[in-house]
Amino acid sequence: MKQSVLLAKDSPHIRDNSSTQRIMLDVIIALCPAAVASAIIFGPRALLVIGVTIFASVAFEYLYCYFMKKENPVGDLSAAVTGILLAFNLPATIPLWIAILGSFVAIVIVKQLFGGLGRNFANPAIVARIVLAVSFAGRMTAYAYPSFEGGVDALASATPLVATQHADLPLLQLFLGAHGGVLGETCAATLLLGGIYLVIRRVITPTIPLAYLGTVAVISLLAGQEPLVQLLSGGLMLGAIFMATDYATSPYTLAGKLVYGLGLGIITCGIRFWATSAEGVSYAILLMNLLVPYINRLTLQKPLGGGKKK
Amino acid sequence: MKNVFKRAAKGAHVPHHKNTQNSATVDMPVPAKIVLPMQQHIGAAVVPVVKEGDQVFVGTVVGQSESPLSAPIHSSVSGTVTALGEVKLPNGTKVAAVEITSDGKQTLEPAIAPPEVTDYDSFIAAVRASGLVGLGGAGFPTSMKLKLKDLSMVDTLIVNAAECEPYLTADNREIMENSDAILAGIHAVQKWMGIKNVIIGIERNKPEAMDKLFDLIKGETGVKVKPLPAVYPQGAEKVLIEVCTGREVPRRGLPLSVGCIVMNVSSIAFLADYLRTGVPLLSRRLTVDGGCITKPQNVRALIGTPIDDVLAFCGGTKGDLGEVITGGPMMGVLIEDTSFPILKQNNGVLALPREEVLLPDVQPCIHCGRCIDCCPVGLSPCVIAAGVDANDPQEVDRLQADTCMECGCCTYVCPAKRPVTETMRRAKVLQKKAKKGARGR
Repeated sequence: MKQSVLLAKDSPHIRDNSSTQRIMLDVIIALCPAAVASAIIFGPRALLVIGVTIFASVAFEYLYCYFMKKENPVGDLSAAVTGILLAFNLPATIPLWIAILGSFVAIVIVKQLFGGLGRNFANPAIVARIVLAVSFAGRMTAYAYPSFEGGVDALASATPLVATQHADLPLLQLFLGAHGGVLGETCAATLLLGGIYLVIRRVITPTIPLAYLGTVAVISLLAGQEPLVQLLSGGLMLGAIFMATDYATSPYTLAGKLVYGLGLGIITCGIRFWATSAEGVSYAILLMNLLVPYINRLTLQKPLGGGKKK
Repeated sequence: MKNVFKRAAKGAHVPHHKNTQNSATVDMPVPAKIVLPMQQHIGAAVVPVVKEGDQVFVGTVVGQSESPLSAPIHSSVSGTVTALGEVKLPNGTKVAAVEITSDGKQTLEPAIAPPEVTDYDSFIAAVRASGLVGLGGAGFPTSMKLKLKDLSMVDTLIVNAAECEPYLTADNREIMENSDAILAGIHAVQKWMGIKNVIIGIERNKPEAMDKLFDLIKGETGVKVKPLPAVYPQGAEKVLIEVCTGREVPRRGLPLSVGCIVMNVSSIAFLADYLRTGVPLLSRRLTVDGGCITKPQNVRALIGTPIDDVLAFCGGTKGDLGEVITGGPMMGVLIEDTSFPILKQNNGVLALPREEVLLPDVQPCIHCGRCIDCCPVGLSPCVIAAGVDANDPQEVDRLQADTCMECGCCTYVCPAKRPVTETMRRAKVLQKKAKKGARGR
């Protein structure tokens, strides 16, 4: 019995069926309900913005790797995830060229220039959102109001975070997302649904979202704000479930994740309650992203028997 | 108990594939020819003590060494030594080997008699003469394991019946078919070494064997059966000690340093058989399984039988064969040449289809942290990998890469299909080199 074509390799000889592509696909699936909700709330232009950012992100990734003679990574779907998350951070009224510029910042500057997938120092979509918000402040806060509520696509500068200080939005309306804001952040219900899907699929653990949301709730209570309103408004749900849990820019261990979530909550509340900006989620995530290498180093898990040395 | 803040240590949910759980062991016929490599254990290779043309019997010593870290090797057939040569072990080293052509009579060596054990020293001498090595796969000489300067160092014997590797059911069959010997072996170790506590660790995926063990220990004092979760790798020595006793074996330490001795369940049973009959280690129960085996089953094969014979006995292979390995798919050893013989420490022969074992394309690390979560000894493989890429021995040493036992969990769970376990092996080499360099200066 001659077997001349046997493989030669090291143990382990078997692998599970997970893959980067499958993880990214799961994230896309988890983002779908929120995308549908945005189309219902803000009208079909929401889908146009999402489509444009996905296309632009994937195209930039492909072109960059083509010109840099790197292997084509488009198949891992990570650029598509970044595209959707970026669109979720834009208002429905955004001019498409700004959306494309955002994709360029996210994919080329934040992701590929730092080494591509897994090597980005911060969440690409978050940095792109911040760059656009600083560069085009007016257009980035030109929130569309829900298209089915009388004043269709009315421009307004008030986000619920500003508005709630004057007129109270009903909680149910906040939960279902029938209020002004950027595309993906308004409908907390669908974001939670996506989050639960990701936890069931074991793509993420609930540690970071729970630590983040919990910290915000506690600080809101202490600061005399209504915790539920704080949790459901602004980009908190989107940020906590989908942006803060980005693998490359969040800590590895349970302790690290708790510290990270705590820091996110503190910075978010600090900005929301005591700084001039109404919203602090994106800055909180960016700042904590930068701390992740240090958090990782300080919260490394302890190897078995490693307590005593020699 | 388990502190999740210290380490996640979730292990890997590998498939069980215990297809041969209920297949009773079938004796294989005596092969025409056996090959006995002179190293079938961790430690020094033994030296052949026979010459070409010598007549040997079943149980005749053919290889021996003065080194305490070795175990004698016996002929498993009666016949004539036809060649003294060299074979390449699966790890690439070359060792001397003895080829014996069987006369088919299986005449027992006349000198064989039950050993006379009267005290601890004669017990250790008997264990050494039996040729026993750790039968769980590592092959550590048992006499060395049991030889202590001070018997008060150890208070607990842990019997490893976890058998956490997929496919393998040889230990399970040992429990089902030879349970009296297991108890006798435990008694012998207890008696001669003065050990009071005995814990038998077994994974919950073997309910029948677990019931059998619970029946077995009825009326015993100091012997406990500890059911373990069916998550790979419960049978890893340090993990098993922590789960069974709560004690942590220190870095670079042996189980002895926390008062434990861990023995495989088949080793324990063999020990009892040897003390009763005096017949040394001559055969192994093997699980022959995997997608390419026509007739998966448990067989008893003489040590030195060519793997080809074992495969042929099980109906040969079918389909697109990718790999033949001895041991389980997680830590097993690849066999390049299937004419290689069965060794003492083998507990299974697997033939896996090509599609199951093909190397997938490697993608960049996405820092998902799955390798960190699953590592049973709480290492941070992807952080260590970064240290290896940076060729930084200090970093690798700080992260205690030498604690890695190469269980394979990290590679198994990696979604980017990176060869993480291989990188851990490189990390250990890097660490060793740096240590040597530091000492030289």
